[in-house]
Amino acid sequence: MHVVLVLVLVAVGSVLFHFLSPWWWTPIASNWQYIDDTIIITFWITGVVFVAVLLFMAYCVWRFRHREGHQAAFEPENRRLESGLTIITGVGVAAMLAPGLFVWNHFITVPPDASAIEIVGQQWQWSFRLPGKDGKLGKTSVDSIADDNPLGLDKNDPDGRDDVVLQGEDLHLPIGKPIKVVLRSTDVLHDFYVPEFRAKMDILPGSSTYFWLTPTRTGTFDILCAELCGTGHPYMRGSVVVEEQVAYDAWLDGQQRRMLAQQDGTKGEVKAQQ
Amino acid sequence: MVDVPLGAAGVPPAEVEDVELYHPKSWLTHYVFSQDAKIIAVQYSVTALSIGLVALMLSWLMRLQLAFPGALSFIDADAYYQLITMHGMMMVVYVLTALFLGGFGNYLIPLMLGARDMVFPYANMLSFWFYLLAVVVLFASFAVPGGPTGAGWTLYPPQAITAGTPGLAWGIIMMLVSLMIFIVGFTMGGLNYVVTVLQGRTRGMTLMRMPLTVWGIFTASVMALLAFPALFVGCVMMLFDRLLGTSFFMPEIIEQGTRLPYGGGSPILFQHLFWFFGHPEVYIVALPAFGIVSDLISVHARRNIFGYRMMVWAIVAIGALSFVVWAHHMYVSGMNPYFGFFFATTTLIIAIPTAIKVYNWVLTLWRGDIHLTVPMLFALAFIVTFVNGGLTGLFLGNVVVDVPLSDTMFVVAHFHMVMGVAPILVIFGAIYHWYPKVTGRLLSVPLGQFHFWVTFLGAYLIFFPMHYLGLMGVPRRYYEMGEIAIYPQSAHDLNIFITVMALLVGAAQLAFVFNLIWSLRHGREAGGNPWRACSLEWQTPVTPPPHGNFGKELPIVYRWAYDYHVPGAPEDFIPQNQPPLAGEMASRTP
Amino acid sequence: MIIVVAFLAIVIGIAAWWLSTQRIMSKPWLEIGVIDEPPGARPLPTAKIGLGVFLAVAGVLFALSISAYSMRLQAADWWPLPVPRLLWFNTGLLILASAALEWTKAQSRHANLDAVRFGLISAGVLTLAFVIGQLVVWRELVGEGYFLASNPANAFFYLMTGLHGLHVLGGLVALARVTSRAFSADEVGGERGGLRLGLELCAIYWHFLLVVWLVLFALIAGWAGDFIEICRQALS
Repeated sequence: MHVVLVLVLVAVGSVLFHFLSPWWWTPIASNWQYIDDTIIITFWITGVVFVAVLLFMAYCVWRFRHREGHQAAFEPENRRLESGLTIITGVGVAAMLAPGLFVWNHFITVPPDASAIEIVGQQWQWSFRLPGKDGKLGKTSVDSIADDNPLGLDKNDPDGRDDVVLQGEDLHLPIGKPIKVVLRSTDVLHDFYVPEFRAKMDILPGSSTYFWLTPTRTGTFDILCAELCGTGHPYMRGSVVVEEQVAYDAWLDGQQRRMLAQQDGTKGEVKAQQ
Repeated sequence: MVDVPLGAAGVPPAEVEDVELYHPKSWLTHYVFSQDAKIIAVQYSVTALSIGLVALMLSWLMRLQLAFPGALSFIDADAYYQLITMHGMMMVVYVLTALFLGGFGNYLIPLMLGARDMVFPYANMLSFWFYLLAVVVLFASFAVPGGPTGAGWTLYPPQAITAGTPGLAWGIIMMLVSLMIFIVGFTMGGLNYVVTVLQGRTRGMTLMRMPLTVWGIFTASVMALLAFPALFVGCVMMLFDRLLGTSFFMPEIIEQGTRLPYGGGSPILFQHLFWFFGHPEVYIVALPAFGIVSDLISVHARRNIFGYRMMVWAIVAIGALSFVVWAHHMYVSGMNPYFGFFFATTTLIIAIPTAIKVYNWVLTLWRGDIHLTVPMLFALAFIVTFVNGGLTGLFLGNVVVDVPLSDTMFVVAHFHMVMGVAPILVIFGAIYHWYPKVTGRLLSVPLGQFHFWVTFLGAYLIFFPMHYLGLMGVPRRYYEMGEIAIYPQSAHDLNIFITVMALLVGAAQLAFVFNLIWSLRHGREAGGNPWRACSLEWQTPVTPPPHGNFGKELPIVYRWAYDYHVPGAPEDFIPQNQPPLAGEMASRTP
Repeated sequence: MIIVVAFLAIVIGIAAWWLSTQRIMSKPWLEIGVIDEPPGARPLPTAKIGLGVFLAVAGVLFALSISAYSMRLQAADWWPLPVPRLLWFNTGLLILASAALEWTKAQSRHANLDAVRFGLISAGVLTLAFVIGQLVVWRELVGEGYFLASNPANAFFYLMTGLHGLHVLGGLVALARVTSRAFSADEVGGERGGLRLGLELCAIYWHFLLVVWLVLFALIAGWAGDFIEICRQALS
């Protein structure tokens, strides 16, 4: 009867593993606690079903194992039992779906006060663009991309004049402010993934995608790519620093001054050439 | 009570249109270019199982790289992505689809329905040779310059056809061409499976008397016929984009500093086409497994399958519903986010008929007379892994829960459990079950039990902990997990453990292969009906059945396929072609 | 993808209707004995059913291309092609071919072997002329600078006419076999005889090809695009 034993062990072992193993999600750093809660609900419902089915199977295998002269019951169906189980399943499914759809609605509705930032995926690095004082991001186009304009900013768009472009640097975000992340790619599909934020979204060349979040914990977090984008996929890394508003403002100020200095520098070069 | 005329002895033989059998004249037409569905089934099965072994070895290499990054010098990142792509594509299309439909479908449909052969035997033969050609093209891509494609089995553009992905020169073209050949070949086979069920049933074999195996394969074939064209269209368009410079899927792209001449295309369009095929594909693999496992459980628990009607309706409902859930693979793809509501709802609804099937399998065990034969062991293990994998599907199908989990190892663990391990356990169970019909001999039981325990427990230990890596935030398709602050050292150790288990499980398959070959000569003689089963394939006059399956006259069917332990019957089973016993009806009235 | 889902809904509807005639609610464990299926349960020859299933598959293929077409249509870089006059002529040829086969079918019922032979040949010639006409259209367009890769509208035009053309060529192979049988046979044969059945299958397939072509033509000419646009506005 080792089958019975193994079935029970699989059920019990899986539950113990779930509670005792050291592998679990990283502490959350955004407002998407809702997502974690929905996962927990789903874990409970599915866990109960899993254990119940396995233990019932183990019971059946033990209780109705073949013995000489044992007679199986001839019972083609039992409508009441089957419809009862169907209804219970329906209730369980609804209990998972309802919060899921509720949170999804929240997820795709960007709050009006969210400030936009842009994240650009390129094989195999992350670049960022923050709006300047005007709070607006300028237009871009793939055809404007050049060595001195890696993100393809439209030079004629006044909104884009004061945009802060970060390449090969950390992204900084202020804590507690909703942020709309606009995602763009210039080559292939990527996916902006910070495990602590829970939220993620694919990045499509040719169009832009978005999601939103509010950082809730200060610290430095790794950015990963979660959509196979070629050989360098696992090495497409970056960092995002969530910090207090004061520190963020100081950092942004520094970046803006750097941008201005750079622009003056290039203008100076142009003049020199003339 | 339904008014059914009771048959008596001396019913005239079945009035089914006799199929004109092609009578082979030489060894070549008998065993190689055979038009006998059973030979074609063996050809399909042997080819698919061999590819399965290759794909298994590819997965060893991947696992070795993940556990000991860089230890094998010949696996660089390029090679790694080629390995995962080929492993995935081989397993999903060339192993599982081909084995369930081409292998089991060909063998079981005519025999279980009391037909002499498939209705279009010539197309059936061509189907296998197209399949073999597709396989040859697929394997040839290992030999072309640049090697096979490394775009992942989903072949998402633009990266599938831009620089930075291995196999850009030849590999991707070979892959697309191979898939197209496979689809053309499959269409010929699929027409056979479907039309044989519609037209080839023997007298008395109504739809509601068909074994669930046939229901599963039939529904899956219909779905495959309707779903594969989506992949075909996707392949043609991508081939155009790659070779002729069109922009079906290709937007404006800067490829490593160079502006490509593409523009305006939509990568999402490909994803829609791919998953319009890809999701039904999951059920194309699952439904035959559902059907087969129902029969295995019923036969070896010596009990009628519980809730036969519900089982049939559930199969049909799942088949129909599976065409409106495809975009649940695309929740975070950037498609219109409002689709999420619709697709999450349909996806979770499909869980209900699936759950009914699970209940009915378990309820068939309840009050049964369970014989723990090797096929039964595999069937039980299927329920465990399928329930596990199905339940994690509820995480991924529920749109917002999918957001953190998509493209992580959680997904890898989920689909391996539910459409890798579970169907393969059914395949093993089915082979242990029907091998005696195919060869006349039983497979060795001790070897089978060894194979079972290592495979089942090993596979569970591989994939169950893997979910938690994904939960922790390890993305899938990473050449190495890397030193990221959130991964503790223990996660690396877990990776090593998973790899060791994978090697073990893989090695255990040698016992299975040895068993298959050894028992061909030395297995115990099985006789015609070793499991004392009701369905027609066990009632052939000769085992293994010759060309034409049944003797001079086709059997007549008097009952469903699940008459086990009928009260008052002299034996614990009544074959489908057994005329009514005296006073039988009285004992059945509810 | 709405178009292909709608097409599938029709296919699934037909399947559901068929299943509903198969006593799917019965309790098989209570029905012991021979169930003679109701008369006319399998009235159609196997080959016809096979063709029907195949047409469903081919239909999905075209529905998918049309779905893809309607999704790609929305992009800004779409410049519709001019409709070459010759396409109207080709359409006429295909209509005639389809009609010729229908006429031949009627003749076969009257066991008029000569008329059958004449009908088959003329259908074959008309269809071949259609294929050649389509190739001429391709050449014309290429000559005027409408290359495959220069615009998605062109790409879809070549792709869809090409797919349709391949299906026509496949049909021509079958038609050639039926024609050769007609010339080697001494009489038309019975209801399920090879010749008559083959003829009927060809006629069905040609009607299918014609319908598909008319839909594709409507798309290419832009009427269907307007129609889709109206539907979209009505929906939103």
